[in-house]
Amino acid sequence: MADLEAPQSKTRDLDKLLLRAGNLVGPDFYPGAELRDDIRDYVRILVVGAGGLGCELLKDLALSGFRNLDVIDMDRIEVTNLNRQFLFRQILLLEDVGKPKAEVAAKRVMERVSGVEIVPHFSRIEDKELDFYNDFNIIALGLDSIEARRYINGVACGFLEYDEDDTPRRETIKPMVDGGTEGFKGHARVIVPGVTPCFECTIWLFPPQVKFPLCTLAETPRNAAHCIEYAHLIKWHEVHGGKSFDPDEPEHMKWVYDEAIKRAELFGIPGVTYSLTQGVVKNIIPAIASTNAIISAACALETLKIVSGCSKTLANYLTYNGGEGLHTKVTEFVRDQDCLVCGPGILIELDTSITLQKFIDMLEEHPKLLLSKASVKHGKDSLYMQAPPVLEEMHRPNLSKPLYDLMGRVQKDTVHVFGTGLKNEEKHSSLTKLRVVFKGADGVTDMDTAIGA
Amino acid sequence: MDPKSSLETLETTSWWMRGVLVNQKPSLLFTLVIATQLVEDSVVKLDRICREANVKLVFVRSYGLAGFVRVSVKEHTIIDSKPDHFLDDLRLNNPWPELKSFVETIDLNVSDAVAHKHIPYVVILVKMADEWTQSHSGNLPSTREEKKAFKDLVKSKMISMDEDNYKEAIEAAFKVFAPRGISSEIQQISNDTCAEPSSNSSDFWVMVAALKEFVSNEGDGEAPLEGSIPDMTSSTEHYINLQKIYLAKAESDFLVMEERVKNILKKIGRDPNSISKPTIKSFCKNARKLKVCRYRMVEDEFSNPSVTEIQKRLADEDYSGAMGFYILLRAVDRFTANYNKFPGQFDGGMDEDISRLKTTALSLLTDLGCNGSVLPDDLINEMCRFGASELHVVAAFLGGIASQEAIKLVTKQFVPMLGTYIFNGIDHKSQLLTL
Repeated sequence: MADLEAPQSKTRDLDKLLLRAGNLVGPDFYPGAELRDDIRDYVRILVVGAGGLGCELLKDLALSGFRNLDVIDMDRIEVTNLNRQFLFRQILLLEDVGKPKAEVAAKRVMERVSGVEIVPHFSRIEDKELDFYNDFNIIALGLDSIEARRYINGVACGFLEYDEDDTPRRETIKPMVDGGTEGFKGHARVIVPGVTPCFECTIWLFPPQVKFPLCTLAETPRNAAHCIEYAHLIKWHEVHGGKSFDPDEPEHMKWVYDEAIKRAELFGIPGVTYSLTQGVVKNIIPAIASTNAIISAACALETLKIVSGCSKTLANYLTYNGGEGLHTKVTEFVRDQDCLVCGPGILIELDTSITLQKFIDMLEEHPKLLLSKASVKHGKDSLYMQAPPVLEEMHRPNLSKPLYDLMGRVQKDTVHVFGTGLKNEEKHSSLTKLRVVFKGADGVTDMDTAIGA
Repeated sequence: MDPKSSLETLETTSWWMRGVLVNQKPSLLFTLVIATQLVEDSVVKLDRICREANVKLVFVRSYGLAGFVRVSVKEHTIIDSKPDHFLDDLRLNNPWPELKSFVETIDLNVSDAVAHKHIPYVVILVKMADEWTQSHSGNLPSTREEKKAFKDLVKSKMISMDEDNYKEAIEAAFKVFAPRGISSEIQQISNDTCAEPSSNSSDFWVMVAALKEFVSNEGDGEAPLEGSIPDMTSSTEHYINLQKIYLAKAESDFLVMEERVKNILKKIGRDPNSISKPTIKSFCKNARKLKVCRYRMVEDEFSNPSVTEIQKRLADEDYSGAMGFYILLRAVDRFTANYNKFPGQFDGGMDEDISRLKTTALSLLTDLGCNGSVLPDDLINEMCRFGASELHVVAAFLGGIASQEAIKLVTKQFVPMLGTYIFNGIDHKSQLLTL
């Protein structure tokens, strides 16, 4: 239907939601042109990942009134990406393969949507300062691994601060929208730290990865995958000693394939192919464009709603399955009150005389943490860093000082510790928040110290 | 032709074709048509055209934070349905002679401890099932007590706690209790009127006819054997031998099916080789997973929907939003017929539009036979607020779903959605409804 009366505007459709009052809207919805313009001019969104989900997210956000986007991805474009990561091309003179995903994605969306500014970051998410992440209103995740999600979740929840009465302080809440896909299945979820469950609160949602029993690989292989994993996990180390296996190194992959063939022949097992070898070793799960489009659209929609309040939001987990018919379901998960990551932090009561070294040792023994090789940060100050060697040496003198002094002699405060944690017998790097309370430190003493200093 | 101009050609062609389709009856060259943002009248017209020309159709509508996707095909048959989870075809409850003979060659009570724990559970369960039936007048365990007793029987053969093969056998014991023969769904397909082969029968139905014959004769109640076995704790030798036995039976079942298919083709006057070996093989492998999807014409749904379904959904506290949007999406089309614009399309006159939309929606509900059902006022307000806007993210979501359905329909793999998917972008409590 042609709009004969109203002036034609690029934001005509979005305006209907942003400029008009409604009843089924968010709690802080102030409709008007100012809202639309503020979103355009001031809101900053970070898209983590510029792959199947990331490309779609950037496009969706750029076409939804957002103008200030950043995208971070450490990978380069590969041929197998081209079936769905539509911003990348390999046609005529356009050869994107080999270039950084973040940079090409940003460039393509900026070419297509006038006015949008996208800053690409060709780097690992761990290499960015925590402050980098704090600059954004919302972080939209288009990741493909649990570890990466855990990391960002730790960072975002790390900004969260609680009041005296354990309510989250609004201005420290950093919402995330997380999407994930696997073939015909996918999920989209909204994480509001301190309010909805964070990634860690619901870590049990993820099934353990399939691992073949060692004896099957070593003694009774029955199928092609067993032969491949034997070559990959057992034979490689036997022959190559300390050299680590690199799945992206074609020579390594070929070696594994040849060995798998030998083993398969020995046992009379059919089915080992180069492509299966790659699939098993890299744990490749097939990806299709439509699922990515659906899940990213859901995430981008939630981002728009959270930022503007123009409608109620997803509460809080959407699952999608499109292989057998079509099924979508919303589940409202609840927070784990004791969550190590988004909770007020594990309470640690210390004596004012405890040194930083003793504190770090205690973390290793603490039953809920089992954190080894911890680095400690108090607000903006690094108290101790395990690496790199230069900084380790610089902070080493702190180890013998009382933690109480290092923390400015406050009765209680939050510290962040980063190290190697042990959970379900698996090691992983973790960033955890701790609530440190000093026993025997009273107000009078603090005042004296403050004046004295 | 370079990509840019071919895209332009496609765009101009589709506009032309749209005009052609809606106004004439051409000989259509399309396998599938995706129709976006059509109003009700056009939807009905296009549906009639495509249904008559046997062209698959997918409708998509994106309206503010609402929308729907609807597939419309007379009949869509699927061999390669690729279900996520499907029970393997081990026939533990009905072993055939060659499997029984193989099982007999293996002694469970072998003295070597390593060999003892590398006997595959298929062998264990076939033996145990046989032992049980011998002492239970030829019957397999059926009551809860019997099933427990059976599992205990299996457990009693363990000589140590770390025998994974026996643990797997206990976990897989339910496969022994499972009913024999084909499922009710496959039974239904076999009894479908289309399973009576005629010269018009599609390849699918010819093969179903052959399946029906097979089940009644050589199959003795069972479909052709699928042929693959899942991984299980076993010595390599036993496993590979077991694999060969299952593959051999699958192959011999296939040969019987192939013969029957050829005979049926001859009977209906078709070239007996017109259905290829790979097709028949795939049919045999997937015989237990066949699917037939049939869709009502949209105008039937519109004029005669399931009233109980509508009333039930509108009364559902949690999911009434989706059903409400379905009614309202139809109501806004009626609205435009009367007032020549969508409710809330322009900024002025919102209150009037809201009350008019409410009246239109209620009269629609009455026409459908759902007197007494109500639509929440908030939802009606929202619909006017949307003002027929097309938001990129909503269009992208629905477009993603529509494209996925299109791929399933064209490739004939996986199962398309059966019904109308109604999108509720407010709380994502969308619904797939058969109306």
